[in-house]
Amino acid sequence: MSLVYSEEQRLLADTAAEFLLARSPVAAQRRLRDEGKAEGFGDALWKEMVDMGWSAIPFPEALGGLAFGCMGLGAVFESMGRNLSASPLLSSIVLGGTLIELAGSEAQQAEWMPQLIAGDKRMALALDEKPRHDPAATALRAERHGNGWLLQGDKRFVADGVGADAFIVVARSAGAPGERDGLSLFLVPADAPGLQVSPMQMIDSRNHAQLRLDGVRVDACALIGEEGGAWGPLDAALDRSRACLAAELLGMTQNLFDTTVEYLKTRVQFDVPIGSFQALQHRAAWCYAHLHLARSAVMAGLAAMDDPKLDAAGRARLASLAKWKAGDAAHRISREAVQMHGGMGVTDELDVGLFLKRIRVAQAELGDADFHCDRYGEFVEAQ
Amino acid sequence: MSGIDDFRKETRAWLGANCPASMRGPMPDGELVWGGSEVEFKSEDQRLWFERMRDKGWFCPDWPKEYGGGGLSPEQNAVLEAEMRRLKCRPPQINLGIWMLGPVILEFGSEAQKRALLPPMARGEIRWCQGFSEPNAGSDLASLKTSAVDAGDHFVVNGTKIWTSYGDKSDWMYMLVRTDPDASKQQGISLLVVDMKSPGIEARPIDLISGKSSFCQVFFDNVKVPKRQLVGPLNGGWTLAKALLQHERRAMSKFGEFSLPNHVDLLSVAARYLPPADAGTSAEVALRARALAMAMDEHAYTLTAQRMGEEMRARQDVSGLMAIMKLVHSEQEKDKLEVLLDVMGHRALGWEGDAFDSSELALTRAWLGSFAQTIAGGSSEVQLNVIAKRVLGLPEGKQGK
Repeated sequence: MSLVYSEEQRLLADTAAEFLLARSPVAAQRRLRDEGKAEGFGDALWKEMVDMGWSAIPFPEALGGLAFGCMGLGAVFESMGRNLSASPLLSSIVLGGTLIELAGSEAQQAEWMPQLIAGDKRMALALDEKPRHDPAATALRAERHGNGWLLQGDKRFVADGVGADAFIVVARSAGAPGERDGLSLFLVPADAPGLQVSPMQMIDSRNHAQLRLDGVRVDACALIGEEGGAWGPLDAALDRSRACLAAELLGMTQNLFDTTVEYLKTRVQFDVPIGSFQALQHRAAWCYAHLHLARSAVMAGLAAMDDPKLDAAGRARLASLAKWKAGDAAHRISREAVQMHGGMGVTDELDVGLFLKRIRVAQAELGDADFHCDRYGEFVEAQ
Repeated sequence: MSGIDDFRKETRAWLGANCPASMRGPMPDGELVWGGSEVEFKSEDQRLWFERMRDKGWFCPDWPKEYGGGGLSPEQNAVLEAEMRRLKCRPPQINLGIWMLGPVILEFGSEAQKRALLPPMARGEIRWCQGFSEPNAGSDLASLKTSAVDAGDHFVVNGTKIWTSYGDKSDWMYMLVRTDPDASKQQGISLLVVDMKSPGIEARPIDLISGKSSFCQVFFDNVKVPKRQLVGPLNGGWTLAKALLQHERRAMSKFGEFSLPNHVDLLSVAARYLPPADAGTSAEVALRARALAMAMDEHAYTLTAQRMGEEMRARQDVSGLMAIMKLVHSEQEKDKLEVLLDVMGHRALGWEGDAFDSSELALTRAWLGSFAQTIAGGSSEVQLNVIAKRVLGLPEGKQGK
């Protein structure tokens, strides 16, 4: 397991950095926000990302993918973080696509993989119900109904849910909330009768939706994978996404850190650059140390996804470590970034606030610090 | 097959045949072999491993053969290090001379000094100690006062050095002395090597809050040091001191790969002293969460050390990474031991005797010892200054250098 990008991955990282800086700089994200676009990302940009092959990166060649691995994907997400670029790469590809890859039938794969990879259709994962991410707590009921299923319940914080063509709904077909057994995945088209999708406007101005499923009927063929056995593939798809989200967090944090250090060198008070004050120097140096720790954890998390020798527990442990440490560093550094920018730091004019807001959402998404700390502990003790 | 591949094959075979099985794997504290005039071996395997590596010239594999080294090219040396890492071979001996002074003599020493000092060093016959800090020159090392006064064919040294590890057990010392009291701080310093058996030297061990220690204070009372024992230019010692400290950091990080002295597995201690996750009080659950968070940060550090190794091998610039390692590790150790103290409650506060088991007493001492880790070898504050100025390029403040 290597913790540095290979030559090919580095090349992809450079291409991504160059492309995103030109086509999707932070100013573009600000514009999207000001326009109030419900999708939260630009269609044209997404199309270009698809054309560059990014949506095919993690999938095996047999499914039309590039089999380039999560490490390659991580390089793209880190760049997206640096530029604050919004796209459905995580929701539709890493979450949706991975679930179809890991749990889908041949027919489902044949129908969905090409459309997802080509960006013709977009999927979103409907999982969270409570204020905090907790997959096992899923309560939304799935009951057998004739040949198919009847879905009843609510979903929240569905990333890129507005305008998605279909949802993968995690439902409880057996057992009680809190249990890992008894969860099933269902493919629900956006226009299914009884399904109501409404936007949740959050601080990061991205696309989040809440879903109301009021007696939504789906056919038996809407079931993805085994009835009641969704946990394994769901957990694997979530880990892949957690590692990618951790890379995005890392990119955002790196940008904030670089910007802040630059500000410390140029902002003059008491006739000297404020970066000459030891009180600030030491805090900045600590930020730098935590950024390095986060980078190592993120690289290990990404590498773990590509390592066929790791079992599920080993994979989970490193994914949780990556998300935890990336979130931890992002938390520290985003707070310091605002504080060190002084009064300007709390104005909307500066980009610092945009990063802070996206960081907070990404920290909570797919499990916050407490969630991943707990999960790490579970897998350590299991060994 | 290229030459380097042959070398790799031969090295692998040689290490496989010559490194005893018990000399592979992490090295517990207390099993270090110190080179010197009196080497203490705790096992026959330790002796074998020491002698075989010595005879091969691999105490200092990349030094020229004429000075007792192995004569390996940087490329071959990297292969040897990689192969030793692969087999988890322990360093055959610990020797500050080889790690820190040797490279400086190679770079700055005279030909006569190289011929006199390096071969015995390379055979592990001399135990070296370091005389840098003084009671009034700690983080501000350049303010040191121990004087060396020109007396014709020798210097006369007066003053005192402190925090000298194993000052009472070492054969020779390399030390910084003030040779020009009128020059500005950094300008009047020179580097001397001194035989610890010289008349007028006394080394007194220092007791710490954690108990007995290897640290000594060393006193110099009109000690005569021949002029041929001046290394580098007169009054030019500061440059050499900086080079030495760089070698120290490199040696420590390399050494860190082989051993984690006093390494305590946080989570196994937590598992021993705390009830399982689902059976504790809310206070115990909170403690467990603190222990986990600490363990995760520690894991991130281990991964960082691994990443630094990989980046070095890929010939990337790791100076930034290197600058954070000591700071992060020592601060984490301190925090970790505080968490363990809370996890173990009164059981971590025993001093000696039968009422506590040995692992508990060891933990108490490790906790008390951890306070020194963020002070010795460049305090955390000095490390932060270095990161801020040299890595981040933040401007110099009014408070001085």
